[in-house]
Amino acid sequence: MELAFPVIGWRVITPMLLVTGTGFACLLLDLLPPKERKGHVAAVGLLGLALAGLATGLLWGQRETAFREMVALDEFALFFNLLFCVATGLVLLLSHGYIRRQGIEQGEYYILVLFAALGMMLMAAGTDLLIIFLGLELMSLSLYVLAGFFRTRPASNESAMKYFLLGAFATGFFLYGIALIYGATGTTSLPRLAEALARAELGRDPLLFAGLGLLLVGFGFKISSVPFHMWAPDVYEGAPTAITALIATGSKAAAFAALLRVLLGPMRGLQPDWLVLVWILAALTMTLGNVVAIAQSNLKRMLAYSSIAHVGYMLIGVVVGTQLGAAAVLYYLAAYTFMTAGAFGVILLLERRGAEAVQLGDYAGLAARHPLLALLLALFLLSLIGFPPTAGFVGKFYLFSAAIEAGYVGLAILAVLNAVIASYYYLRLIVYMYMREPEGEPVVAALTPAAGLGLAVAVWGTLHLGLAPGPLIGLAQGAVGPFLP
Amino acid sequence: MVHLIWPIPALPLAGTLILVFFGRRLGARAHWVAVPSVGLAFVVALAAFLRVWRDGETFTGPLLDWIIAGDFRAPVTVQLDQLSAVMLLVVTGVGFLIHVYSIGYMHGDPGYPRFFAYLTLFVFSMVMLVLAGNFLLLYVFWEAVGLCSYLLIGFWYTRPAAADAGKKAFIVNRVGDFGFALGVMLLWVSLGTLEYDEVFAQAWALPTGTATAIALLLFAGACGKSAQLPLHTWLPDAMEGPTPVSALIHAATMVTAGVYMVARAHVLFERSGVALEVVAWVGILTALFAASIGLVQNDIKRILAYSTISQLGYMFAGVGVGAYAAGIYHLVTHAFFKALLFLAAGSIIHALGGEQDIRRMGGLARRLPVTTLTFLVAAVAIAGIPPFAGFFSKDEILAAAWASGHLGVYALGLLGAAFTAFYIFRLVFLAFFGPSRLDAEAARHLHESPPVMTIPLGFLAVLSAIGGVWGLPGEHGTPIARFLDPVLPHGEAALGPGTGPLLMAVAVATALGGILAAWRMYLRRPVPAERLGVPSNRLHVLLLGKYYVDELYDALFVRPLVAVSEWCARVFDLGVIDGLVNGAADLVGRWSSVLRRVQTGLVMNYALSMLVGAVILLGLLVRWR
Repeated sequence: MELAFPVIGWRVITPMLLVTGTGFACLLLDLLPPKERKGHVAAVGLLGLALAGLATGLLWGQRETAFREMVALDEFALFFNLLFCVATGLVLLLSHGYIRRQGIEQGEYYILVLFAALGMMLMAAGTDLLIIFLGLELMSLSLYVLAGFFRTRPASNESAMKYFLLGAFATGFFLYGIALIYGATGTTSLPRLAEALARAELGRDPLLFAGLGLLLVGFGFKISSVPFHMWAPDVYEGAPTAITALIATGSKAAAFAALLRVLLGPMRGLQPDWLVLVWILAALTMTLGNVVAIAQSNLKRMLAYSSIAHVGYMLIGVVVGTQLGAAAVLYYLAAYTFMTAGAFGVILLLERRGAEAVQLGDYAGLAARHPLLALLLALFLLSLIGFPPTAGFVGKFYLFSAAIEAGYVGLAILAVLNAVIASYYYLRLIVYMYMREPEGEPVVAALTPAAGLGLAVAVWGTLHLGLAPGPLIGLAQGAVGPFLP
Repeated sequence: MVHLIWPIPALPLAGTLILVFFGRRLGARAHWVAVPSVGLAFVVALAAFLRVWRDGETFTGPLLDWIIAGDFRAPVTVQLDQLSAVMLLVVTGVGFLIHVYSIGYMHGDPGYPRFFAYLTLFVFSMVMLVLAGNFLLLYVFWEAVGLCSYLLIGFWYTRPAAADAGKKAFIVNRVGDFGFALGVMLLWVSLGTLEYDEVFAQAWALPTGTATAIALLLFAGACGKSAQLPLHTWLPDAMEGPTPVSALIHAATMVTAGVYMVARAHVLFERSGVALEVVAWVGILTALFAASIGLVQNDIKRILAYSTISQLGYMFAGVGVGAYAAGIYHLVTHAFFKALLFLAAGSIIHALGGEQDIRRMGGLARRLPVTTLTFLVAAVAIAGIPPFAGFFSKDEILAAAWASGHLGVYALGLLGAAFTAFYIFRLVFLAFFGPSRLDAEAARHLHESPPVMTIPLGFLAVLSAIGGVWGLPGEHGTPIARFLDPVLPHGEAALGPGTGPLLMAVAVATALGGILAAWRMYLRRPVPAERLGVPSNRLHVLLLGKYYVDELYDALFVRPLVAVSEWCARVFDLGVIDGLVNGAADLVGRWSSVLRRVQTGLVMNYALSMLVGAVILLGLLVRWR
């Protein structure tokens, strides 16, 4: 075995380098006074994300690999880079006022968010299972810490602890899966893997199937698909709300990116084998998510189950596996990022008796007291239901029509029935806001300019993707082009 | 060209959104948003019109691609051609004047911003309706203007009469729109496309029977929207809405959508042939029918409402006999003079503190000079006295009916014209001239309206007076017909030499006869005030009862339907439907609470679930091989 020094392709990882550099800059900046106020760290972080987004835009259309085919620069990675920049940018905007009010404003918070973003980018760009694993761990470790950032609150500690323990458990599965695949094929590189699988005799190796199954468990945990979803409600509830938004949007998108790259890339030949599994996962995930969401009275838990249900919808696109199906997943992830970040963004602004307003009852009559916030929340909820002309509607439309086009009518019908169930618990919140009388102590809103900007971006995304979906679906179709021509 | 098109709907839409979100804060300043948004839309529409007029440039294409999925595309296709350019000018121009007028008329109303929000929403929807480049978009905004109409009729929703009228308009329109929707679906099934240009290019390949079915179904929608027999009953009740609404929606623009649609889809109607005849006869019968009811009404707005139904009938008669340009031309002039009539009537109502009964008016000319003068201009125009606008457009329709051999249509139209002249001058003489029959309270309240209301009246009066220049007969038809020719081809009028002037003379004589009769009955030897409106014979009773159509519908449809639906509600709904729905909801809810208990909060259980899941997953994968 010859050991050649890998080719360094700095250009390929420019966006990641920018985020890394920003992270280090923030670390240094954090050492300087003032000690209490860290808004400037967030500002530098935002700047770095903007630069990374800009670099992504400039690199658009190029296609190459570097570091011995471990990292790819292609439109798929770039699409997700952009998505991560938007998601983490939104989280930074929404966090600033929130963590200051909660008394946990520290530079590390923003820095960890940046490193989580770096991990996500690595997951989307990695073309080697080990690189994907590296990205996964970088993202997960940052998120474990962030979930427990309310150091004095038991709920937050519990949330971080559960997330960490179960995450470690899932990592075990994931890593073991990689090992088995390596054992079966002698490689962890996705392009090599594809070549190896093309040789027929390997395609039937039980070792390989066991490896694939274990990988699916690992991914299933990260995207919180049933039955690997149980951590999600507890973690969502306990974590700082802005971090909940990041876990729901960014981390899920990253896991989907890697899942799509693996399943529709080298594992495409095994589709007949994994198809049924993912079909079952999709059906179970959306149904259980929606049904259990009905019984929730805590908004963060409700949105946790709702996010599980949305994962079920998106798995339809993976099952379908066509260009339109995969593009629909990408589109849905973008739409989901805007509407979910927006919904959490409204929730984290509201307080009652000094505590966050997360109970359904806190929202009774919100429209009378905070008409603008109630309207925004209603918009995001309508989008989550899939009401035209919002992003959620178009996303569901693409997903379901891809399923029907590819002949998965049963799954599409199940998904539509689920959407009906889902509208119950979303609309219930809207009913509370608009048709109930406010009761008890008033809910106060702490709308800061940064949070206002974040919400404005979320509203813009939710409406823009709903009204003019053409350009983004075009980008998404281009992005999945490398493996689904 | 598209940069001249999208602002026309976008401006009123932006106005609506601002008013919806910030209306409460704007309060009495709401018109600072609404009036400029519609005014600017008019300016852009004027620019677009000039482009079409000067260069003959038209545009058909997507405003934006909404959804693309695989082979499925749902583009928002718009079409700007001669026909839609004319319609756009009317909608935004008259719309703008009425917005200005509303500043004065609605002043001090608690729902002031809400009113302007609905009104701008209406302008947006109507603009999109005429810009639509396919039947789907047409249908969407066809419903949208219906919604605006419903909201505005019931604007004073605390009054039961207004709320009921809104519901009636909505329900009666449902009947027609059901047909319209079926027509669109049938079109899709038989041609596989809904784009105008493709439909009209392929229409001649349709079997006659299919074409007739499509055309008649579409016309059912037009009957509902344009209040033609037998779906006319909602329009008089719609007068419960604020008067500017009556002027804009229920006279000048929305109710003419049916005429516009028939003219737009004339290829389909021509393919059928029969359908065109039906349009002509329904139109002219409605024209006569509504005019005859108008003869005896006493509520100023109801007279004008029946007059609107009647005039819409003339428009349908025009397009029905193949004179599409004449029908559209009458639509335009009617928009001017009928909007003016309504706005002037609103000025009277405003001046009298809400009085609408012409039996309690009289002698207003001295106290309301501007209103009187402008109303008189409009009255002369609608009666058909040259050189006012209404004369030329109505004459075009009657001449076309004569020339195409529809002598029955011509004769009924002429009789209707006599009725028209009579009822409108009955209104003029009773309201503005003769002795005052005002009660003391109203007389003290009497004042001319503020300039913000009278200036729009003036503009509309000028348009009603000079609108005839587009209809002056020339060598190759009227100017408007020549302009519309690329969209609405007109056959060469086959009037014999000298027939044209003869028909004109007959029409003028008829109109003068009607006016003279009104003068003799109500001004020269006026009926004593206490006998006004008291029925003197059976015919009068029948007319006052509006031919008892409402009562007939009540007995035929409403009561049986109520009985059936009550049965359904009590027996079927409660027992079967609710049982199923509640059962399903209960089931989901129960499962929800059961499954919720699985979530114990214990990490061991979670890990166990993952483990079990992983084992099943692996088992399935390996077995599946």
